[in-house]
Amino acid sequence: MPRDYFEFLDLPRNLAIDAKDLEKRFYSLSRQLHPDVHSRKIAAAREQAEESTAILNAAYRTLRNPVTRAEYLLKLEGFDIGEQTTKDVPPELLEEVFELNMALEEVREGDTGARDDIEAARRRFEGMRGEIDAELEQQFARWDATADREALAAVRGLLNRRKYITNLIAQTNVPD
Amino acid sequence: MFQIEFDNDKVVGIDLGTTNSLVAWMNLTKPEVIIGDDGEKLVPSIVSLSPGGEIVVGSRARQELIEHPDRSIYSVKRLMGRGIADVQQELKLFPFRIANAAEKESEAILRVQLGERTFTPPEISAYILRQLKKNAEAGLGEPITKVVITVPAYFNDAQRQATRDAGRIAGLEVLRLVNEPTAAALAYGLDRRQEGIIAVYDLGGGTFDISILKLHEGIFEVLATNGDTHLGGDDIDNRLLRIALEDLQTEWGEDLSHIGEAVQTLRREVIRAKESLSFQPAAQIDFAWHGKQYHREITRELFENLIKDIVDRTIGPCRNCMKDAGVTPEQIDEVVLVGGSTRIPMVRSAVEVLFRAKPHTELNPDEVVALGAAVQAGILAGTVENQLLLDVTPLSLGIEISGGVVSKIIHRNSTIPTSASETFTTGVDGQTNVLIHVVQGERELAKDCRSLLRFDLKDIAPMPAGMPRVEVRFLIDANGILNVTARDARTGKEQSIDVQPSYGLTLEQTEAMIDDAIEHGEEDLNAAQVALARVDADAILLAIEKARHNDAWREMTERERENILEAIRQLQIVYHGADHHVIREKIDVLNEATHSLAESMMNTAVSAALKGTKV
Repeated sequence: MPRDYFEFLDLPRNLAIDAKDLEKRFYSLSRQLHPDVHSRKIAAAREQAEESTAILNAAYRTLRNPVTRAEYLLKLEGFDIGEQTTKDVPPELLEEVFELNMALEEVREGDTGARDDIEAARRRFEGMRGEIDAELEQQFARWDATADREALAAVRGLLNRRKYITNLIAQTNVPD
Repeated sequence: MFQIEFDNDKVVGIDLGTTNSLVAWMNLTKPEVIIGDDGEKLVPSIVSLSPGGEIVVGSRARQELIEHPDRSIYSVKRLMGRGIADVQQELKLFPFRIANAAEKESEAILRVQLGERTFTPPEISAYILRQLKKNAEAGLGEPITKVVITVPAYFNDAQRQATRDAGRIAGLEVLRLVNEPTAAALAYGLDRRQEGIIAVYDLGGGTFDISILKLHEGIFEVLATNGDTHLGGDDIDNRLLRIALEDLQTEWGEDLSHIGEAVQTLRREVIRAKESLSFQPAAQIDFAWHGKQYHREITRELFENLIKDIVDRTIGPCRNCMKDAGVTPEQIDEVVLVGGSTRIPMVRSAVEVLFRAKPHTELNPDEVVALGAAVQAGILAGTVENQLLLDVTPLSLGIEISGGVVSKIIHRNSTIPTSASETFTTGVDGQTNVLIHVVQGERELAKDCRSLLRFDLKDIAPMPAGMPRVEVRFLIDANGILNVTARDARTGKEQSIDVQPSYGLTLEQTEAMIDDAIEHGEEDLNAAQVALARVDADAILLAIEKARHNDAWREMTERERENILEAIRQLQIVYHGADHHVIREKIDVLNEATHSLAESMMNTAVSAALKGTKV
């Protein structure tokens, strides 16, 4: 039996994956493994079909999304991703976070004028996330070409930062 | 591989609806609804216990509902898989008579009072299913034991289990529960091999579903689903009914709301008015009672003001569904309408505005779900090829951790089957059991989610706290139903668990209900159970016969082979007996014996699949 999701989908352990190709593999394996295809077989065979399709679905779900795919690969390669410490503010963001919290506080107290500040902050954070994604893409290519573990270390750092910023963007969604 | 062809083993598709139910089958290349002996395709989902003690179902029960409302029930689907505490709202609007309403235990199984007898909701639904089975057998001229039943996509685990239990009680083998909107997509996708994204908007009698699917060369991949299992045409009827009852209170000075017969007659009239409002600018409600006449005109404008918030309640789930599917309205190529309530012009225009597309209505919205169920039945029977449904679980699954907080282990909209494993340990030295509470829903606290089941990991070897490691595996199967298994992570030994479903029936309770039905003169039910068990026995015997030509058979140890052969002999001995319990028991033994055989054959299949070769 395959040992990991990459093997299950017969893919090299790469960080950049062609979405169309991945989907094709998922559909093709679904046609062969899905319980509906094995419904007229004995119970044990049906259970096996259920089990292997559950693995296939998990593999597709994990590898389809670049972030979960990278996290999964890091784990396979022995990197400790650990719990995200979203409480520790990256120093370069200290001022930004402070201002965002001020603005959020003002909105809570009824000052709708601060909404514009929050909106501006959201756009800046989204810009930062875009930059991180571009950097991630570079590091993905570097790992795929050289299998250099330095690239994975860089990916881990970028993912942590990305998670922090995504969390900040979520905070800017203030209900009306 | 285990390839078995049953030429005469028909599988039918059933739409077990809130208001009406239907049964359909695959007639050569296209699905067709089977007409009942009353000449109708729709079987009203009404069950009545006649004063003579006979169970009456469908169109015959319609008159009973008016004459003997205290012995009749409709819209029982609203009660499926629910507890006493969570039907309080329902009880204000529907004339359900709950026999054990006063019970303190909020998670006790509901019992509905019909005359002098009480029934659980799955038992009531089983009577509807048995009527559909009879219709199918009369229409197709052969016994029917295997079915596909549709459920609202947003049904939770308890509601799905209740539906499957209903099938079992009716003497049917439920091969698959299919989500209603997905079934509708399947019915539409039959003759048009299109690619693209489709949205299915399904507003029925009692439930609302929205599903967004991606179509690709015969694969129907559900991207996301959302909905409300207590929203539908019934709610509209209740609005109109309340207006009429208030009118009567003012005009006649009489409160008729507690007179079942009057309410049911009036209800029939408002439904008639509602239906004609879909085609006319105004409709009349006429009602005669004890020599008095009531008349009222309802204009479409008034009607639309009355139902606006009901229609609006469908918009939020649609938006969330698009968000979860990661699509914008512009990306949706087609919209399909399902359910009788989508005939209402206001509903249609709301859908058009939201998805910016003109919805499909070529297929009858009352029939499309049953037709799709028949297609899925064809897929499972092997008569429909190249089509495959990949559905999702509608709600997140979690376990309660400290502080009553939910830790999510399977996220909503995960493609099913899907599984997750969690390792549990003890908190106290020498502790031998661990209690686990499983819930379904999106909220952060367990008390705000749907309680599914509690189970006890028992017989843990006494060890210092934190040492035992019990791995629990949660598998949501292709029916959207949760299966839990546990094993000791150190020894790999299966760990015994005692599952207590929060709202469902245990296996023993379901068996007891079957026996109870047989006692009440349902002799054919016993015969059906025996026939069903023999069909399963045939399937496994035939499968093993085929498997004996497989490499995996030769690779087994002598002892494994002997175990299987002995189990086969045991099964053959009881095969012709009249006790289905015994036949089932021997089938289980045989299944157990073939486990490693199936596993090794499946592994071959998986590796072959991975090499890209067709199995």
